[in-house]
Amino acid sequence: MLEIKGLQVKLEEEDKQILKGVDLKIGAGEVHAIMGPNGSGKSTTSYVLSGKDGYEVTGGSVMLDGVDLLEMDPEERAAAGLFLAFQYPVEIPGVGNMTFLRTAVNAQRKARGEDEMSAGEFLKVVREKAKALKIDADMLKRPVNVGFSGGEKKRNEILQMAMLEPKMCILDETDSGLDVDAMKLVAEGVNALRSEGRSFLVITHYQRLLDHIKPDFVHIMSDGKIIKTGGPELALEVENNGYADILAEVA
Amino acid sequence: MAIAELKLAATQTRLTGMVMPEGLNDQRLAAMNRVITMGLAHKRDEYWKYTDPTSLTVSGPVHAPVFDNNEAPQFDAIDRIKIVFVDGVFDADASDDFACEGVEISRLCDLTDGWASELYGTLEERGQVPVHRTLATLNTAFASDGIVIRATAKASKPINLIYLHTDETSDVMLHNVVRVDAGAQLTLLENGPAAARFNGVLEVDVAEGGAFHHVRSQGRDHERRAVTHCFARLATKSLFKSFTLTSNGVLTRNECVLDLIGDDVVAHVAGACVGDGADFNHDDTVFITHDGLRGESRQVFKKVLRNGATGVFQGKILVKAGAQKTDGYQISQSLLLDGDSQFLAKPELEIYADDVICSHGSTTGAIDEDAMFYLQSRGVPRKAATDLLTLAFLAESLEEISDDALADDLRNRLESWLARHS
Repeated sequence: MLEIKGLQVKLEEEDKQILKGVDLKIGAGEVHAIMGPNGSGKSTTSYVLSGKDGYEVTGGSVMLDGVDLLEMDPEERAAAGLFLAFQYPVEIPGVGNMTFLRTAVNAQRKARGEDEMSAGEFLKVVREKAKALKIDADMLKRPVNVGFSGGEKKRNEILQMAMLEPKMCILDETDSGLDVDAMKLVAEGVNALRSEGRSFLVITHYQRLLDHIKPDFVHIMSDGKIIKTGGPELALEVENNGYADILAEVA
Repeated sequence: MAIAELKLAATQTRLTGMVMPEGLNDQRLAAMNRVITMGLAHKRDEYWKYTDPTSLTVSGPVHAPVFDNNEAPQFDAIDRIKIVFVDGVFDADASDDFACEGVEISRLCDLTDGWASELYGTLEERGQVPVHRTLATLNTAFASDGIVIRATAKASKPINLIYLHTDETSDVMLHNVVRVDAGAQLTLLENGPAAARFNGVLEVDVAEGGAFHHVRSQGRDHERRAVTHCFARLATKSLFKSFTLTSNGVLTRNECVLDLIGDDVVAHVAGACVGDGADFNHDDTVFITHDGLRGESRQVFKKVLRNGATGVFQGKILVKAGAQKTDGYQISQSLLLDGDSQFLAKPELEIYADDVICSHGSTTGAIDEDAMFYLQSRGVPRKAATDLLTLAFLAESLEEISDDALADDLRNRLESWLARHS
């Protein structure tokens, strides 16, 4: 599904290398988690994959189902099946949530040469999916993320994911700012989307989220590289002992 | 040469050869004398610092190619009384019958005596203090025609003045006079490019408890020039709401002068403009005087500027001594879609009462790149995302229109404009 090879990235504005050769291969239907200390390059990885400005790729490659992602604009990556659930979802005053969702769904369909969804059909689908995430009609009407609580914003991210049906989902610290109940709700939303053809990359600081979204593989990132890979037990080890032991072991 | 002499010379040059239309002779002569005393606007006038008035004041003709507009006419879906002027000339065939329940309508050129002839030029003259608006006075002296409307009850339909432009050198002055009687209600719609050069004046007198809604769409002809003035006198518990959409036009100056003479008046004036190109100049100049208790005034202006376009906003709230509990609000914002465009804003508050709320704000910015990336990351291409964010920016001003059908009509116009420009 997703294959990252020797990815090196620096900041455009300053001479600072953030990623120093990231290698990661995610198979179809797999759930991978990336953990790591602050500043290790986790969020940068998610931004570079989705095409945010401000980063310069200085080496390596990223392929999504055999297509070179790095050559594409952000919207082309989205149409190719990549989705990033933002750590800090952006507020867009003046754009209704429903308009936003419908514009996004139809833009992707158009880019893939598919028919646009009719207003009626869209409404039916979005209501159904919103209900599962406990998103009420009012939240759909309001401007995108404006005045949403932390939990509402994250649920709104998962709703977008459910509507867009991507094949490669990146969740960037989706658990940040969530209470236990909200995290469960979000995790249920994610789990409902798990399927053979859909892969996940879950970026998190805490093992807690991984209790709800069970990963197949856990990677530890430090100083711009993946330094250790294991199963779910690796997340437990971090939870219990912190990163010090793992960092010492690799060094 | 001193500015006073420059203005006198320019004014004399302009007046030479101008022919005063028949009717309203006393008012017109008085207005011409005022023009000579005040002098026409000059680019060295402080009030014209950001917009050069020269092309509005010089002797004609001013040239503007006729634009082939293939869009459906503005307000076409609205049930209304249509009154059509072609290059300032009344077109009886294209116009509806003037009969409308709750409203009396006539033409300015048929005016002999009565309330309208007494009102004619009165509000315009009141609006000359403390700043001269001589182009409006010139209009009072020389306007060839216009519409006189008196709302005696709730008007059964909106009145739509349609100004068509077919002559590349038409130089037009129209003067409309409106009176809304106590408790009456009227919606006035105006649209169209009007002329190569248009000078429009609207005087509105709203009596106690009356309501006046005004929605205007200024046409798309690229080279057209327009200066418009709206003077309103608002009595106790009256409501005044005006919204203007401007798309294209090389020069537009819309002045709105509101006089809240009664208590508990609500007066809102708003506008959205979209401009493209280095020769585009759009200027909103607003002067609101609070002279009664508990008056609420609100100004909301939004401009989208691209490819070197210029936007100007001059907005003033004057709160007179004794106008306690005034609530004045003013916001002017521009969205610059490139680094060449500019927005010049001059917000002013002058307050002589001590128990008031007055706030003003002005912002200038580009498209929010975080919002842009968010939209792109969901698959929305950059152009579509720009349009969506631009409409979102303008949305707040469109919300000032009370009637949803009218707001949607203008929103569609904006969407088409955005679709054509990139």
